Amino acid sequence: MKINFILNGREIELTVPSDIRVVDLLREELDLTGTKESCGSGECGACTILVDGQSRLSCLMLAAQLQGREVTTIEGLAGNEGRHPVQEAFVQAGAVQCGFCTPGMVLAAVDLLGHRPDPSRAEIREGLSGNLCRCTGYQKIVDAVEMAVHREKG
Amino acid sequence: MPDGRIPQIGVVFPRTDALTKVSGEEKFAADYYGQDLVWAGVKRAGIPHARLKSLDVDQARQVPGVIAVLTHLDIPGENRQGVVRKDQPVLVDDKVRHAGDALALVLAESKPALAAALNSIRCELEPLPGVFDPEQALAEGAPLVHEDNPEGNLLLKAEVKTGETESVWEECAAVIEACFETPHQEHCFLETESGWAKVESNGKIVIVASTQTPFRDRTEVAQVLGRDHTGIRVIAPYAGGAFGGKDGITVQSLLGLAALHSQGRPVKMWWDREESFSAGTKRHPARMYYRLGAKADGTLHAVEVRLYLDTGPYDHLGGAVMTQAVEHSGGPYRIPHAWLRGWAVYTNNPIGGAFRGFGVAQVTAAMEQMMDLLAAKLDLDPVQIRLKNAVRRGDKNCVGVTLTGSAGLSECLEKMAAHPRWQERQTWIRAAGLLKRRGVGLAAVMQAVGYGPFVPDVANAKVELTLEGKIRVYSGVVDMGQGNAATNLQIAGSILSQTPAQMELILPDTDRTLPSGSASASRCTYTFGNALIGAAQALKERILQRSADLLMAAGPDELVLVSGLVRRVTTGQEIPLAVLAKWLTDAERIAVYRFRAPVAQERPAKDDQVRLHGLPHCIFSYGAHLAMVEVDELTGAVEVKGYLAITDSGRVLNPQTYEQQIHGGIVQGLGYALSEDFRVTDGLIQTSDLATYIIPTAMDVPDMLSIPVEINEPTGPFGLKGVGEVAMNGPLPAVANAVAAACGGRCYSFPLTSERVLQLMTAS
Repeated sequence: MKINFILNGREIELTVPSDIRVVDLLREELDLTGTKESCGSGECGACTILVDGQSRLSCLMLAAQLQGREVTTIEGLAGNEGRHPVQEAFVQAGAVQCGFCTPGMVLAAVDLLGHRPDPSRAEIREGLSGNLCRCTGYQKIVDAVEMAVHREKG
Repeated sequence: MPDGRIPQIGVVFPRTDALTKVSGEEKFAADYYGQDLVWAGVKRAGIPHARLKSLDVDQARQVPGVIAVLTHLDIPGENRQGVVRKDQPVLVDDKVRHAGDALALVLAESKPALAAALNSIRCELEPLPGVFDPEQALAEGAPLVHEDNPEGNLLLKAEVKTGETESVWEECAAVIEACFETPHQEHCFLETESGWAKVESNGKIVIVASTQTPFRDRTEVAQVLGRDHTGIRVIAPYAGGAFGGKDGITVQSLLGLAALHSQGRPVKMWWDREESFSAGTKRHPARMYYRLGAKADGTLHAVEVRLYLDTGPYDHLGGAVMTQAVEHSGGPYRIPHAWLRGWAVYTNNPIGGAFRGFGVAQVTAAMEQMMDLLAAKLDLDPVQIRLKNAVRRGDKNCVGVTLTGSAGLSECLEKMAAHPRWQERQTWIRAAGLLKRRGVGLAAVMQAVGYGPFVPDVANAKVELTLEGKIRVYSGVVDMGQGNAATNLQIAGSILSQTPAQMELILPDTDRTLPSGSASASRCTYTFGNALIGAAQALKERILQRSADLLMAAGPDELVLVSGLVRRVTTGQEIPLAVLAKWLTDAERIAVYRFRAPVAQERPAKDDQVRLHGLPHCIFSYGAHLAMVEVDELTGAVEVKGYLAITDSGRVLNPQTYEQQIHGGIVQGLGYALSEDFRVTDGLIQTSDLATYIIPTAMDVPDMLSIPVEINEPTGPFGLKGVGEVAMNGPLPAVANAVAAACGGRCYSFPLTSERVLQLMTAS
């Protein structure tokens, strides 16, 4: 089937099998391997992408669901600006260890801050609780989101 | 170090690898695809113990899109692998010994074709009675996992005796006896086992794998494929988590075999989460019988320990894990009379293997609860009884080895005793809300650094001045997330005064970097860092000497190395490194240095096998942990409200990377303590995904406080000791002691699920 959507700011048209998952489309067909897969069943959040600005699990979506949508993957988050403030905060705060949860975690944080620009630590923890990390113990990830908020406020 | 500064030791430098990871650019093993990709997958047994009667793969070979279906008959070399004892088949040839055993390997054009072919394989398996408990497995008449093992289901026994063992118990004012059981723990790294392989035009097999052990993998794959190791290249990108679960072969041999049948096309294998759970290794479940005796003033007098570790059907690293458990089973204390025994036992359960802590998480769980039980019986303060017995430098530890390295447990405990969270605990406990109970618990922890006395704990560092004038650091030890690759840049950059932009990093690659052992055993920066210091200093001396010659200076003292160039401070003359590099031969531009970690000279165990398996060590990291918990009286749910870890792992090179290890270890330990209830019934995993096996989320853990006690370790690079594992060992006993304090009773089986804690409160 043929689908049209905006991927990282660029309109694209693709012919894809009707049953292909979005995570496979991104990784295998479009070479966007920044979107990770870790559980394949919606439990870990590693495959998080933004669809019309909302965080979605690309392992639970079929390509057809992207028709007419605007999709942002980790590769497109910063646009032409080097690093998005949340990415920069993850680097500076030490929120990245093995890095396999990182793209999904960053996008979940961006989504959270879109809904709630000035979250408490408890709200950050709740907002990121759908994204598993096995390395950091989460503390520096929470620190990073706070740092991004404070830098935005200037 | 994503900034323009020259790195220094002891200050925060954000990790260089964070830049490419946060942007999604970094390629993990799981991210390798390529033109004409072939998908490889494995048919797993699904039952725990059975004789393989026949394997019918004809139908699978007819599935459209199938390239090859391979069985044990297709293995050109030896169909047995393992780190110490080679007892694990690549593909089953005689018997299935656990449900995750591999029966056949399929290569296909697509994932759907692969799945269809795997479903079409018909196996005739004659079920055999299984054995699922380590003590029952040692009993007369138990079903045998390996009929050819002369010791039945015993893989290895380790025993250490110091002092007397008989009359000493009468000399004690208090004796505590208890038995503790800890479960399997699943690593749950986010990147499940994965790899990619291809035969190059020169015939060399290239394997890119998510692994902790590229050089050892190369040897093992070579044996399986019946080739010389020079015909195989293993490349280890940053691993997406490992924690011990990638210490040894996962996909590597299967991928090497697949590559031989893919007609030069690249082959990819990536286990899904369920396969990772069933075929991957786990922390060994342990049953631990303890007897601990002390004098009336709390001075420890005698300890007797029997440990039964369930290693599943294969050694993997089970003998070494059990031996390390025995070595740490008496805790970080002086105990004059110790009788410590352990058995690593074959069963038909999932495979036991390396996991952060490596046997120490289990015994610390038991010993630190014994210390609290003893303190209660003698009416002593839990900090003071630990402090009274804590090993100090120069003491003999519980296996009778003289501690020559730094030993900061006392300093950790003293800081703990003075800390407000300990001092003001009663106020905090009394402030518990309605239907809540609060408790504060402690644990003292330790963790050996390195391989022990027999297997050479060696690293070979290599540093190059490139023709472009950059400093290229060849990392010999895998970075599985702990940040040692960035630390290598920090070390080399600090010695050679180069900014990150002036440096390049080569990750472990058997064709490019030098063998430096596994990423394990809290050794990565300790051993490789020492080697790297030597190599970087040698290169620095050569750069300065050759620059002095070129500038006709009296000697290198007139010169300094700054980022990108050498400056003659007496005249202001400068030579860019890119210019200098062209005056050096290729050999001169490279410096290498080998380091071997020191080993203990004492031999506490009579059996050489025990020494071979790593006992004893001579360098340990230490710590004191405190957990503040709140128990819900209605549900039994335990919430950790606060956590403090005070750690002696020597000097801290980068406080941020250091804290990452402490935080990560604590939270993995909190999962082990509270929620990670890995269930296996008759060899079959009942918790096969992340919906049923619950690891902590951001909501389940508190903000933690980590305080380093920076005691210089004389043999460490810049005074450092390993910090990767030690924090893992504290949470279970600290939480258990806190829950016991809150509930007035104690559970002896873990994790402390709501059901167990509720039952405990109902009973007491």
